[in-house]
Order: sequence, then C-alpha cells, then structure tokens
Amino acid sequence: MRNPVPIGFLLAALTVTATFAAIPPEPVEPFDSNQEFSVRNRIDELLAARWKEQGITPALICSDAVFLRRVYLDLIGTLPTESEARKFLEDRDPRKRERLIDELLNRPEYADYWTMRWGDVLRIKAEFPINLWPNAVQAYNRWLYSSLARNKPYDQFVRELLTSSGSNFRVGPVNFYRATQDRNPKGIAQVVAITFMGVRADQWPREKLEGMAAFFSQISFKPTMEWKEEIVSWDPYAGSAATQQAPPREAVFPDGVKIQLPADRDPRQVFADWLISPKNPWFAKNAVNRIWYWLFGRGIIHEPDDIRDDNPAVAPEVLSYLESELVRSGWDLKHIYRLICNSATYQLSCISRSQNPQASIYFAYYPMRRLDAEVLIDAICQITGTSEEYWSMVPEPYTIIPQGERAIRLGDASITSAFLELFGRPPRDVGLVSERTNRMTASQRLHLLNSSHTLRKIEEGPGLEWARTSYANPRQTVTRLYLTILSRYPTEKEWEILKQTTAKSSRLSREMVVDLVWALMNSTEFLYRH
Amino acid sequence: MSDVANTHVVLNAEGPQLSTQLSRRAALKRGIFGALALYLGRSGVLPRHAWAFDPTLPATKPAKAKAVIQIWMWGGPPHLDTFDPKPEAGSDYCGPFTSPIATNVSGIRINELLTELAKIADKYSLIRSMTHGVNAHETASYLVQTGRMPGDRIVYPAVGAVVAYFKGQPPEYEGLIPPYIVLTEPQGRFSEAGFLGPRFKPFATGGDPARTPFTVEGIVTPGVTVARQKSRRELLQNLDLLRQVMGDDPQIQEIKQAEEQAYDLILGTSGKAFDPSEEPQEVREKYGTTTFGQSCLVARRLVERGVRYITINYKGWDTHKENFVVMRRKLPEFDRGLASLIQDLADRGLLDSTIVWCCGEFGRTPKIAWEAPWNGGRHHYGPAFSALVAGGGFKGGHVVGATDRTGSEVKDRPVHPTDLIASMYELLGIDPGTTIRHPQGYMVRLIPEPENGATSGGLLREIM
Repeated sequence: MRNPVPIGFLLAALTVTATFAAIPPEPVEPFDSNQEFSVRNRIDELLAARWKEQGITPALICSDAVFLRRVYLDLIGTLPTESEARKFLEDRDPRKRERLIDELLNRPEYADYWTMRWGDVLRIKAEFPINLWPNAVQAYNRWLYSSLARNKPYDQFVRELLTSSGSNFRVGPVNFYRATQDRNPKGIAQVVAITFMGVRADQWPREKLEGMAAFFSQISFKPTMEWKEEIVSWDPYAGSAATQQAPPREAVFPDGVKIQLPADRDPRQVFADWLISPKNPWFAKNAVNRIWYWLFGRGIIHEPDDIRDDNPAVAPEVLSYLESELVRSGWDLKHIYRLICNSATYQLSCISRSQNPQASIYFAYYPMRRLDAEVLIDAICQITGTSEEYWSMVPEPYTIIPQGERAIRLGDASITSAFLELFGRPPRDVGLVSERTNRMTASQRLHLLNSSHTLRKIEEGPGLEWARTSYANPRQTVTRLYLTILSRYPTEKEWEILKQTTAKSSRLSREMVVDLVWALMNSTEFLYRH
Repeated sequence: MSDVANTHVVLNAEGPQLSTQLSRRAALKRGIFGALALYLGRSGVLPRHAWAFDPTLPATKPAKAKAVIQIWMWGGPPHLDTFDPKPEAGSDYCGPFTSPIATNVSGIRINELLTELAKIADKYSLIRSMTHGVNAHETASYLVQTGRMPGDRIVYPAVGAVVAYFKGQPPEYEGLIPPYIVLTEPQGRFSEAGFLGPRFKPFATGGDPARTPFTVEGIVTPGVTVARQKSRRELLQNLDLLRQVMGDDPQIQEIKQAEEQAYDLILGTSGKAFDPSEEPQEVREKYGTTTFGQSCLVARRLVERGVRYITINYKGWDTHKENFVVMRRKLPEFDRGLASLIQDLADRGLLDSTIVWCCGEFGRTPKIAWEAPWNGGRHHYGPAFSALVAGGGFKGGHVVGATDRTGSEVKDRPVHPTDLIASMYELLGIDPGTTIRHPQGYMVRLIPEPENGATSGGLLREIM
C-alpha cells in the first residue's frame, strides 16, 4: 500500500525540512490512512497557514480504526465495543466519520463524561478540603449532567452557576460558591476568574482583586435546621455582619471599568451580565480554549487556566474563529466539538511527519496521552465484563455506589478508589487542569502488568470467558479480541507474530488467550489515546 | 548533595534534552519515580508546570538521619493507655490499667502491657505534650503529617513525600525500590503527596507480610511463573506496534522507563527486599507473626536497602467502643513489633541513622465513656496526645513535656505537629525554613513561619 507522494509534499520536504531528518513517506499500518492532510474547514485553513509559515509537514490523516477509538475516548470517555467497532470499520459511507461524531454527541455517555470534566473544573467533592457534602454533590452533579445532556447554551449555564440562590441540597448550581477552600469575597473572585476567564487572579495587584471581589461581597451562606444544609443567597449585609464594615459600594470589573453597585440588585447578576457578554474578552475564549485543551491535551493558550498577556496563543486566529462560532451558534458547545472533530487537523495521525519541534505546539499531529484514570478503569472493566467497588468514607448519608457504576459517572472526588488515586485522578482541590496527572509511573506500570487486581480481571472476568474457552478457531478469537481491546482488526504482521509465538498448533489454550489479552491490554496502543 | 538534587541542577543547567544522553542505568538509579520526570520538558502535551523541576532546590545539609520509619497509629491511640499513664487520676480515667510499669530509665513509666518497650526506654524518647486541638480524623491526619491546617488553597505534601522529594534514593544503592513506601494500605487522602504530585506518592504494597508469600501488589504474583512473566514480556514487546513506530515520543520513553523499573522489581532482585521469609524464623517470631510485627521487619529490610521513608499504616486505634478490650489485644503485638524493630535497628548499627516516629492523628478522651453503646470507650482527643521518637539523632531516655493530672491538657512544653516535623527535617539535613516550588509557580515554605499564624513550641532541641 505505497502512497503516491504528492508534489506539494516533495517541495515542502525539499525547501523547508531540509535541515531535518528524512520523513517516512509511507503510511504506517494500522495507524495512518494513506490520505494526506487537506483542508476541510476553517480550522484547517488557519492552521495550515501556520504550518506553511513554520515549515511543518502535518501527519497523515489517521486510519478509520484510530479515528473511531480516538473520537469515542475524546467525546464520551468510553471505548467502542466489539460490535460498534466492527460496524464502523465495515461501513462504506464516505461521511461515516461525520455521522459518528453526531451520534456520539447525542449519547448519554457524552453527558457523563463531560460532567466529569466540568466536575474537575468546578471542584465537585464531598469533603476535604472542599466541603460540599454528599447531598450537595448529588444536587450539583444532577444539575451539571442535565445541563450538558440538554446542551444548555453556555452563557445560560454560567449565569445559573453565578446567580442562583437556594438550598445547596436542592438548587445544584448554588454549590459553585461553596466549592472553594476560602469562601470570602476575594477567594470567590479568584475561583470565578480561574473557572470562567482562565485567569489566575492570585497574581493580580491587590486593588484589582478587591475590585472584583466586591461583586461577591453580598453572598450569604445560612445554615438550616437540616444537617449541613445551607441557603446561598443575596444578602446586602452578608459581609458587613462579619466584618462590622459597610459593604463596598463600588466594584471594578476585571477590564478596569468601575461601577457603583446598585442597591436594588444582586451584584452577582451585575457581574454575570458583564461576563457572559459576547464582547467580553475572556469568556468565550476561555470556553473554546478549554475544549481545545480537552481534545488535544494542549490549549491554544497553554495552560488553559493561565490566560494572560504574556502567555500568548500559538494561533490566536483559531481561537478568535472558534469564539465567534460559539457566539454565533447561540453558545452551543456541541457545535464547537463538531467543528473541531470534523477538522482534518483533529483527524491527523499521531505519527509526526515533521522533525520540527514546533510541530506539536502547532497541532501538526495528534498527541499521545495516557488514558485518564477513570476512562482507563472503565475500559478495563468493559473488556473483561467486571466492575469495581467504589465507596466513600464520608458518612451521613453514606455514599452508596451501585454495583457496576462506571468511574466517569462517580462525580465526587471524595469517593475512595486506590486505582483512581494511583492513576492520577485530580483531587479537585483547586480546579486547575494540572491537578490531573496522566504521566505513567513505575507503580502504575506494576499495577497493570502484574497486580492481582488486573490479572484477576483478565483471568476470570466473565466478559472474556468466551475467548478463554473457544479453542477451535484461533483466527476468529484473535480478531474478536483485537476488536474488543484495540477497536481494530489485527494486521497480517501481527497475525504472523501470533502464529509463531502462541499457536503452532491450530488450537488456542486458555493460557494463550489470557497472555494475549494481557499483552494487548498492556500495549501502548491500549493505554494511550493516539 | 543528594542524587535527586543533582538531577535538578543538571536538567536546569543544560536543558532537558541532556536527559536522553544519560545512560539507562544512571537514569534508573535516580529512583523509581525520579527518572520519569526526565522527559517532561520535551513533551508539548503536558501542562507546563506539572513536572517542572525546581531550580532553587537547595542541596541538603549533612545529616544524622538517612531514613525514616513512621508508625502511623491510624485512628488515634489512647495516650493514657500507652505512653502517658495516669493511674492516680482514678478509674474513670485510667480504667483497668492501674499499674503502669517502670522502664529501664528511672522515672519513665508506660502502660503495663508494653513490657518489651519498657526494657529499652533508653533508646527512645516520649513526647507527652503533643497538641493541636483538632478532633476530626481527616483534618488531624493531614495536620500531623503535613504540619499544616487545611484551607489555604494549597494542599501540602506529607513528610514522606517531602523526604522522597529531597532525598530520592541514595546513589550507592543499585536496586530500584521506590523511595517512599507504605505498608500495606495507603491512607488515601491522608498521605497525599499534595502539590508535589503523584511522582512522590508512596508505593503501597497491599497484601499481608504475615502471610507467605507476601504478595506485594504488582511485584509478587504467585500464580505466574518466572518463565511465563518472561514470555509475556516478550509477547508484549513483539505486539506493541505503536511503541515500535513512536520510539522517540516522550510518552513512549516514559512508559518504557516505567516498565523497566517495574520489571526490575518483578523479575530482578529488588523485589526481594519486601520478602520477610528470607529472614531466619527466630527473627520473624521475635517481631511477632502478626501483620504489624512483620511490617516492622519488612520496614527494617527496606531501610537496609536504602529506602528513605516507610510508613506502616497500623489500623484499629479508633476505639470509641470497648477501648480496653481492644487494648488488651493490641498493645502486646504493638509492643513486640516496635520494640523488636528498635532493638534490631540498634543491633545492626542502623538506629543512629534511622528515625522511628510513632503516633496517631490525635489522642483519645481521658475520661472514659462507660455508658452504652461505648462500654468503656474513648473518643477523639486533639488537645493532648503522645508520640514516640527514636534514632536518627533523637536522644533516648527522655520525656518531653507533660500533661495535667488527668491527661486532659498540656501543662508543660507544648509540642505542635510542625515542631516534630521540623525537628525530623533538621535531622535529615533538610532545612525546615527552605522553600519548594508549587506547580503554580510560587515558593512554599516547608514549615510555616510563626508569624503566619502557625503555633510552634520550637525544635525539639532537648532531645536532638
């Protein structure tokens, strides 16, 4: 399957990559397709111009199998099943990728997965050092899930988070203000800035922070007769009771504009009006940059929660385009996912064709990242037909996790799980993206290679019993295992390796199947998004 | 200067590219977690700060202590029934334990069931004036092990993570054992590496060292033979196509390195460090054939192999109900395990360089709850509790501080968690006043300054 090398590529190779090592012209099976990058939408157009300017050759478009697995993991945090994989790979419709994206955006797992992602940002946790309490966590997650499932316009989503009032057990979004380690106006202002502007206000000059904090100086948190219930509401005298000082009458927006706080209006609403305006320089930018970060592992401004003048965007024109699309679509988040996932850029293979170190910064190939802790354990459970026990030591009421619940649906960082801890689940203490760490450590490697936890699933998991007992047709068994674990068919080369190492006879033993499953589940291809 | 500190300097002076030129062995010697960071700078994918080295990391000072064994009496042991007996306070306070025993140091008395520890009181000191006033498990556990109160937006690392960060693995040891190990279960949120991140999280063994084999999770797998481990590894290497084509990618370098270290523990000799069955039977029996006793023995083996910090999470001290029934069962095994550990370290010449510290997150209420449902229980008590320290530069045979007649209040020389932690850092050659870089860029002091609201009684100079 040699690929004819287009003239453009040759020219590019001759002119700009002359100083770099040679690039493999052939597609690498089974990861690359034999398709060169070509512009499909505005994102591609803008980035292609950057690549040209930088002398970067983009990767090839990824194979269908890679795309399938990637878009499942990226959009719904879930591995395709064997039959889903087979169906997609055998589909001859040239628009099947586009169709799959739409299908995934409407799956319930879309809301599950993005509830988890947003839960990280919003620091949803029952206890320590964020103390929401289990009932409040449930209310908050319910609101978040339904908002995402209904694709609530993003401006309305944020307005509800910023301006809601009521019981923490009943009105989910009021917990936004409770999910912080210091509930004073300045602490809240910092949380608002990091969450919705991507800005670290702890670096601001004091007056600037105090000016913004004034908008949050009239929030009251009142306990009720019910244990741990709190009513969050607007109370013009909330701050003054504690400090014995009159509440500030003047507030300053982060862009420097000063206003007098009206006496008859909740200042949270005044701030929300300013924030969610299409003209706000941070609001839409932060949203689209976060989505980009979630899909590519790197923000156009990076880190996505460190937006400041001296941390410039690598391709500001791409951000501006996505911002304008977000506003134009009526703050439709799924529209942004659709634009990005349908771009040729998103569909590039992970095998770089450029030696230019800038290639990764300009998204000229898809970056490999280890699966998130929750996604990884869910995938292992899905393949092996097993489940995990999750529980929480936060009492009253006990957090009961139903048998078979998926980790992406847990919704509370206080829920105990040695696996999730080991694999870098974020503690949700401050809500920064850096709280989640997906770096592979030796302890993690030990766990996957050789722990009783992993091995028992592989050796005894009911989901694989068919394979461990189907001795007769090795080719069919191997094919099904590849589809189940790696979401693709084995290549001829792999089949040759397997014939040599495991199956000199025409029958597969139970032990051979276990070892093959073990090897595939320990492969880089399984453990990483690619 | 420690090996880890060397790494930092090198990386910052020459840039992370240099790391690829280091030999595998050299990289591996940095310790199981340390080496993984070598490639961070080359990855465009990861958050900028996530694994950033700290260019200002100071060299550690010459140190008396090289290693630490922390015995964490999880749940909070009753100070009155262990190291601070109060027989004169009456049975509502001392319950059935009315006759504490003398130790080999005159004037020091401890609970009557601690007969082995009574024979070696010259080797450890007791702090009877530990105090912080917090009665909640999580907050107190965090406070005692980090020296900080939660709530200022920073999650601080526990002592073990700080020691792993500064000391790594000693360069003279060839094996690849993680520098920070927990026997057997992790405390979860309690023993967090805090902002230092997962690289400095402890390796928790799982399993039970009192059983044979001690199935250290991930390292010892009874059902899988060595031959099968090897053939599996070969199969994996043959089938891992992505790894073959992406050889240069930093993520691939990272997983390869992690895997080599993992296999060194699975198939190499390093994993033997965890195996108490290599010890003579009489030694095993001396420590007690209980989970706790054998954990103490494994801890000693790990110290011998250069592990810097071992926490034994010793459960079962949260005795709201029937405290005295539990104590009669628990104190003898505690006594036997801890006394054997201290004596054995001393016999092997390791006590001078190994700190042993032993306490829980708080004490327990001095006044006994006789009524149902407690039936002689004791509840959480943060205002006063005890700690035992030995070795690594701590003097033996002393008592620091005192509580009042009933063990309810510290009446002399209050010792706050920060004081004990700072004293250990001092003995380890880590300046307690030093700062480390938080991932968000700012510098954080290891031990808070008194002017920032931290209560302190000062370093434990009297026993150092």
